[in-house]
Amino acid sequence: MGLVDRGRLPKPLTTLFNMGRSYSMWVYQWGLACCAIEMGAAFGSPRYDVMRLGVIPLPASPRQADLVVISGTVTDKMAPAIKRLYEQMPEPKYVISMGSCANCGGPYWDSYSVTKGVDQIIPVDVYVPGCPPRPEALLEGIVLLQQRIKNEDMGARWRGEGTVPMSAVDGESAERGGVPVVAG
Amino acid sequence: MTLIGDRQQLSYIAAQAADARVNVELETEGMTLNIGPQHPATHGTLRIIARLDGEQVVWAEPSAGYMHRGYEKLTEVRTFPQVTALVNRIDWLGSFANEVPFILAAEKLMGVEATPRAQHIRTILFELSRIANVSLFLGDLGVQLGAVTPVFFAFRDREYVLNLIEAATGGRFHPNFDRIGGLKDDLPAGFIDETRSVMKKLRNFCDEIENLLFGNEIFQSRTRGIGVIPKEVALQYGLSGANLRASGVDWDLRRDQKIAMAWDKADWKVITHPDGDSFARCWVRLQEVRESTRIVDQLLDTIPGGPVMVKVPKIIKVPEGEAWVSTENPLGEMGYYVVSKNDQGPFRVKIRSASFNNISIVPWLLKGVYVPDIITILASLYFILGDIDR
Repeated sequence: MGLVDRGRLPKPLTTLFNMGRSYSMWVYQWGLACCAIEMGAAFGSPRYDVMRLGVIPLPASPRQADLVVISGTVTDKMAPAIKRLYEQMPEPKYVISMGSCANCGGPYWDSYSVTKGVDQIIPVDVYVPGCPPRPEALLEGIVLLQQRIKNEDMGARWRGEGTVPMSAVDGESAERGGVPVVAG
Repeated sequence: MTLIGDRQQLSYIAAQAADARVNVELETEGMTLNIGPQHPATHGTLRIIARLDGEQVVWAEPSAGYMHRGYEKLTEVRTFPQVTALVNRIDWLGSFANEVPFILAAEKLMGVEATPRAQHIRTILFELSRIANVSLFLGDLGVQLGAVTPVFFAFRDREYVLNLIEAATGGRFHPNFDRIGGLKDDLPAGFIDETRSVMKKLRNFCDEIENLLFGNEIFQSRTRGIGVIPKEVALQYGLSGANLRASGVDWDLRRDQKIAMAWDKADWKVITHPDGDSFARCWVRLQEVRESTRIVDQLLDTIPGGPVMVKVPKIIKVPEGEAWVSTENPLGEMGYYVVSKNDQGPFRVKIRSASFNNISIVPWLLKGVYVPDIITILASLYFILGDIDR
């Protein structure tokens, strides 16, 4: 992969890689609170079957995962553990913040023990609002993330510039640049 | 003299031999095993620290607090109607059941009582949330033992119950439907017929799980005789709910307590099991789902007419006083001690949640068990992390 190292990858090859990456995402799930059950319903139930979107839930460890779904309240006691496990994930890695608590603190916005938003610890790609969001909302978040991955410049990510859109194929996402997406 | 089967006798001898080996031949150095706070088998973020001697646990300690969200402090800065939105996130699988004791305590302080129709509908929704809660436990139990199939059945049938709760309350998970003096709304059209058909499906689900999981030989050998809690120890540690009933104590607040709910209008029985092992705890919960479907079916026939809300002032001020109300929630006894100082919000609320007391037995119970049984025992004790840490 010398091409990627130099930060120059032919566009057709990037497109091909991106398509492959977006349809084989291994999700490491952080079941923290109520949202974990809705995430379980989205990932583990026959009604919402997430595998049809090319997402593979339940890897054994964060070291095998591409995507982490932070679902539920992040407390100050839990935050170091979240950061540590996030750092164990191999690049390229993506984060979906699920539910009001992980987005901004939610109903516990004035609590002394709750971290007001997981984005204070780790970078977030997609926010899914709701308390808890329905499984369909999480699926929408995953679809939005897949669109973003398809349009991503791999060279830029390799150079450490974060999520940079490859071209203005999707006008909206190009405009947003590396700004997180909000589902719903 | 009791007859012991050959197989039982052999397994007993094998266990004795294994113990002897651990103690004499393999004088191992102690090892500390840390499970959690993030572990696929602990649903939620409980951390267990276990010190091992070979395969056996010699000391275990649960480390709670990874999900502590400060409910008791937050209730002091919320008004009474706002607290229900907060407390139904304590036990997130059976949310409606969390609101009821708090609202009953507030009603007790205000001296109002909900209308008979509201009491009836409350009881129906309470039992529906119990079914939603425990049916997921029955599926999750399989996952903890390495059998993934039951969880698909559980999620499939749980969706029907959630749809019912959503139809009535507007919330799939957190209904926030209970009001001081009654309920927010009446039941929607077609709810009763729909509920009847769903209860039939849930009874089929119970039969399925009983055949699929409880009849399974591997399941039985992993749970029978494992994690035995004798009656006296269960009472000493303050266990409640199905954990206590599985130890042979005939105790159920729904029957023993006189509160403004409609359980006494239905004919049902309290399920107990004399063994006190992991299997008994799981079995009692399965039977309780069956009983709950029966309660709902009977209450649907006898819903009285009338309004669902009594007259209460728009801005609720609760007079000075203290009240304690507890109910038999899906996980056990859940109660609220509410102190009011004639204000819009409570002065202090003490929450007695079932799981916190139920896992207090873990250090005692895990002593001497083998490592694979840790997960089975924790699964059968059945706790919700929000209920432990609050």
